[in-house]
Amino acid sequence: MNLVRNHILISIDSSTIMAGARAVERAFVDELLNRGLQDEVSVLETGSLGLINRGVVLVVYPEGVIYADVTTKDVPEIVEEHILKGRFVERLVVKEMPKQHVIKREKTGLLKEQPRIVLRNSGIINPESIDEYIATGGYEAASKIINEMKPEEVIEEVKRSGLTGRGGAAFSTGMKWDFARRAKGDVKYIICNADEGEPGTFKDRLILEGDPHKLLEGMLIAGYAVGAQYGYIYIRGEYVLSIERLEKAIKDAEALGLLGENIFGSGFSYHVSIKKGAGAYVCGEETALIESLEGKRGHPRSKPPYPVTEGLWGKPTVINNVETLANIPEIMRNGASWFRGYGTEKCPGTKVYTIIGHVATPGLIEAEMGTTLRDIIFEYGGGIKNGKKFKCALVGGAAGAFLGPDMLDVNMDFVSLREYSAVLGSGAILVMDEDTNIVEMLKNVLHFFRHESCGHCVPCRLGTAQLVKIIDRVADSKGKREDIDKLLRISEVMRDTSFCPLGQSLYLPISSTLKYFRDEMLSMI
Amino acid sequence: MIKAMINNTEIEVPEGTTILAAAKKANINIPTLCYHPDLIPGGQCGICVVEIEGIPGLKRSCMTPIGEGWKVHTHTPRIMATRKQLLDLILSNHDTDCLTCIKNNNCELQGLAATLGINSIEYQKMEEKLPVDNTSVSIVRNPNKCIFCGRCIQVCSNIQSVNALAVNNRGYESAVTTAFDAGLGNSPCVNCGQCVVHCPVGALYEQSHIEDVWRAIHDPDLFVVVQEAPAVRVMLGEEFGMEPGSLVTGKMHAALRRLNFDAVLETNFTADLTIMEEGVELVSRLKSGKNLPLITSCSPGWIKFMETFYHTLIPHMSTAKSPQQMFGAIAKTYYAERMGIPPEKIVSVSIMPCTAKKFEAKRPEMRASGYQDVDYVLTTREIGRMMREAGIDLREMPDEPADDIMGEYTGAATIFGATGGVMEAALRSAYFLITGRELEQLEITPVRGLKGIKEAEVDIDGVKIKIAVAHSLGNARRLLDRVVEQLKNEGRSEYQFIEVMACPGGCVGGGGQSWGSNMAKRARRGEALYNEDRSLPYRRSHENPSIKAIYEKFLGSPNSEKAHKLLHTRYFKRSPIDGKIIDGENTTERR
Repeated sequence: MNLVRNHILISIDSSTIMAGARAVERAFVDELLNRGLQDEVSVLETGSLGLINRGVVLVVYPEGVIYADVTTKDVPEIVEEHILKGRFVERLVVKEMPKQHVIKREKTGLLKEQPRIVLRNSGIINPESIDEYIATGGYEAASKIINEMKPEEVIEEVKRSGLTGRGGAAFSTGMKWDFARRAKGDVKYIICNADEGEPGTFKDRLILEGDPHKLLEGMLIAGYAVGAQYGYIYIRGEYVLSIERLEKAIKDAEALGLLGENIFGSGFSYHVSIKKGAGAYVCGEETALIESLEGKRGHPRSKPPYPVTEGLWGKPTVINNVETLANIPEIMRNGASWFRGYGTEKCPGTKVYTIIGHVATPGLIEAEMGTTLRDIIFEYGGGIKNGKKFKCALVGGAAGAFLGPDMLDVNMDFVSLREYSAVLGSGAILVMDEDTNIVEMLKNVLHFFRHESCGHCVPCRLGTAQLVKIIDRVADSKGKREDIDKLLRISEVMRDTSFCPLGQSLYLPISSTLKYFRDEMLSMI
Repeated sequence: MIKAMINNTEIEVPEGTTILAAAKKANINIPTLCYHPDLIPGGQCGICVVEIEGIPGLKRSCMTPIGEGWKVHTHTPRIMATRKQLLDLILSNHDTDCLTCIKNNNCELQGLAATLGINSIEYQKMEEKLPVDNTSVSIVRNPNKCIFCGRCIQVCSNIQSVNALAVNNRGYESAVTTAFDAGLGNSPCVNCGQCVVHCPVGALYEQSHIEDVWRAIHDPDLFVVVQEAPAVRVMLGEEFGMEPGSLVTGKMHAALRRLNFDAVLETNFTADLTIMEEGVELVSRLKSGKNLPLITSCSPGWIKFMETFYHTLIPHMSTAKSPQQMFGAIAKTYYAERMGIPPEKIVSVSIMPCTAKKFEAKRPEMRASGYQDVDYVLTTREIGRMMREAGIDLREMPDEPADDIMGEYTGAATIFGATGGVMEAALRSAYFLITGRELEQLEITPVRGLKGIKEAEVDIDGVKIKIAVAHSLGNARRLLDRVVEQLKNEGRSEYQFIEVMACPGGCVGGGGQSWGSNMAKRARRGEALYNEDRSLPYRRSHENPSIKAIYEKFLGSPNSEKAHKLLHTRYFKRSPIDGKIIDGENTTERR
């Protein structure tokens, strides 16, 4: 075995690929070969390092120096200076990174760093290697569970952990599994909702691109606990790399007997397959997702019956978000009480956020439940870009609420935010500085909803159309005073009467805009 | 049983009862719009929302089963304001030219606006005008009136299994349309018109022949004959506010005469003729054992459906034309000859409970007389409009008989209008044709009623024949899939004779019936037909003196060469994509 003195880990995710990561990777391989360094320096692939909009990102170990915006032209310089001479290429070195740890604020105000849960392996292991996943303890939990635990015990442990759905609805995962386990049916399904459509959210993509086996292991455990035979990953068709990596991960897991017939010789059989979505936002809604998975138009179903009793093809079905399932292997490996060491009493664990907009270091982070918005923006996100003042943040995606300065110190968790009629939603945080035009922002949100309304019910189909008419008028300085009230009135009707959460949730961005920025809107009239 | 409170009225209803139905029991009318009693609620409009104490948000009463101990409120200020807002939104996207709309005074949206006291439309109108679909010879679709209630789609796919209509696009751009937006005339639409009778607004209606008929009536040179389908006599009354199921045969004849039709004749007469032709056909197939089961051919929606989806059954179809087309063929031959009227001067008008009859009349092969056999087809709704326009109140009409020599009919003919009727009428005569004796027990009750697929075994002189009756094309599909499977696997089917009607309930539930219909009304109309049957002097087609006369003086005998030329037809294979004839294959020649 060769003694490797340097590892170059290149982040291969959708955005770095677009920036040319593959070409940079080849350039490194060639450059090292030309200099005869191929045995001393290894070039490896990994998932996202959490940095976005920074071109090709890579990290050189053992120094742990992160370079961004790397092009093929920079490669000889990095090899010459860093690898051979030990001098960092300062102009490419990343100084501000989104935090790679979960930060805990102690009572004294001091910050303590803890390992991540969901993103533990992201940016560290090669996502395409099942061996590397196993080397980090992967599939350990699944093997122990399937060989030694009863499904009921698994569900009990998940219930004890207090894990709730990370897709936004925050329903108890253990309870959901329990309902489906108890539901009558010879065939049961687990569906992983990877139809990440909330604008500004890409956490699921980076989880999948960075650590696909973690999801598969979560689905395997869910399948065993619920008594399901089949798992489906309903994923956005645009997530090409995630799909490729998942396909490989499924194949590798099947080859090792971790998926398929008679897993670990236990008699438990479980098959996972991938279904690509066509990109409709409403298909993130679980019943619309099921319709789409069945090959129909993605329209929501009326509830009850809930999917846990009558889901896919009328069979009991559990639908969990990617992040929810990615929590499962760690919970089962380390125990519910370990998990409860993170987060708050009512909302244990962590939350993965995509923090974007006017922050110094936008990117992917994992923070403890209950972390304040202030800490997320200023500790994780590096504060507001260019020293500007914070105006507001749109939290929870397009269907979320605008939170103003008075909300900076509210704990970010499902329960606390509910008190303020806000939501954590999908975990997208769009930060806006003082120069942002709020009417343009709201216009953007409303146009999105008009485009994504499925058209099934009157309030959403026609409500969004009227809202767009009104906001366009206001943005065009042609609005009338009563238009502001019309916006609110329509959104109230939509909240009360829309058929599914898509239409119901539009009330949040509208009412919160008016709460903070009514005067700014009136100034446009 | 569930006990709950609605607006302080205590109610007790079986588990699973919706709030809407429970409220009705307490005499509380919750307004609805997209809801239809015969369909699965889709929850599109939201008008029927109610508040339930302790449950956040508003719930749709049409699809929410009431829960034990619930306290439901149906007309709080919040709900009333919400309903107005919703209706306002709907009206912002609806072409509100009510005065010139076909549904004026019959529109469910108009009615709701009146009920909710809408006196202005708050939201800005959406201006875009979409083109009206005029591609079909039967049905017009005006998308500018569509409120997206989803009823037409549900009827077309779930009940009729035709799937001609579907949703295109998404959100505000969503449109009810056909594949490729090609229009109903270029789709597998079978023209049954169930979408039309379920449409709450003026988005779907028949291609009107009213103006053509007025022109013909007012032309002194032309001799306009009119025929009325069996089912029309039990639905026309509803056009004049009479109870569903009112039998108005005599009043109808009188009113038509006052509209200045030159001869008021009867489809029922040719219904008897159909039985003679089809009955002989049945007997000969039973004797030869070939091409069984025999399948009825009176329903033009069913015919196009068969040609499109079940063309392998073409050899099993009765070649007998429908009563409308038999009438057309003999009106311009036999009638013209006997009455001494040049056939080119005859304009043949039919009054049908049906929109598919408009398509049938225009089929190119329906020119046995040398002319288009039936010139114009009016729906029950259209003739109602004409009578009202002419100042005729049906309720005030005397009872008058139809004119000779094509006006006499039997009870067997009149029950054609109800599902199972053709089967029953055919068996009454087939029994006689086979045994030479009259069937004593005339009423074959297992084939009556609104069960989707009805089966029975009939004993004809020791020979048992198995029959089946299906109404609605969804039920037909279920039955025929079984038949096709049996024919494929065993070379024969368990059935010898099958009746199919395209519409739920048969012709009394046709696409040309009065607006605002439902299954309950269809059932009452069917009952009225059976009542007329019981009241008539002759109840078997072969007893009809005028039928005896036409065979004696003109046709010879049933299935004679002349009868074949005038009264029988052939079928074509059609594409399930656009409904057009695929030439050169599987078309049976006239037998």
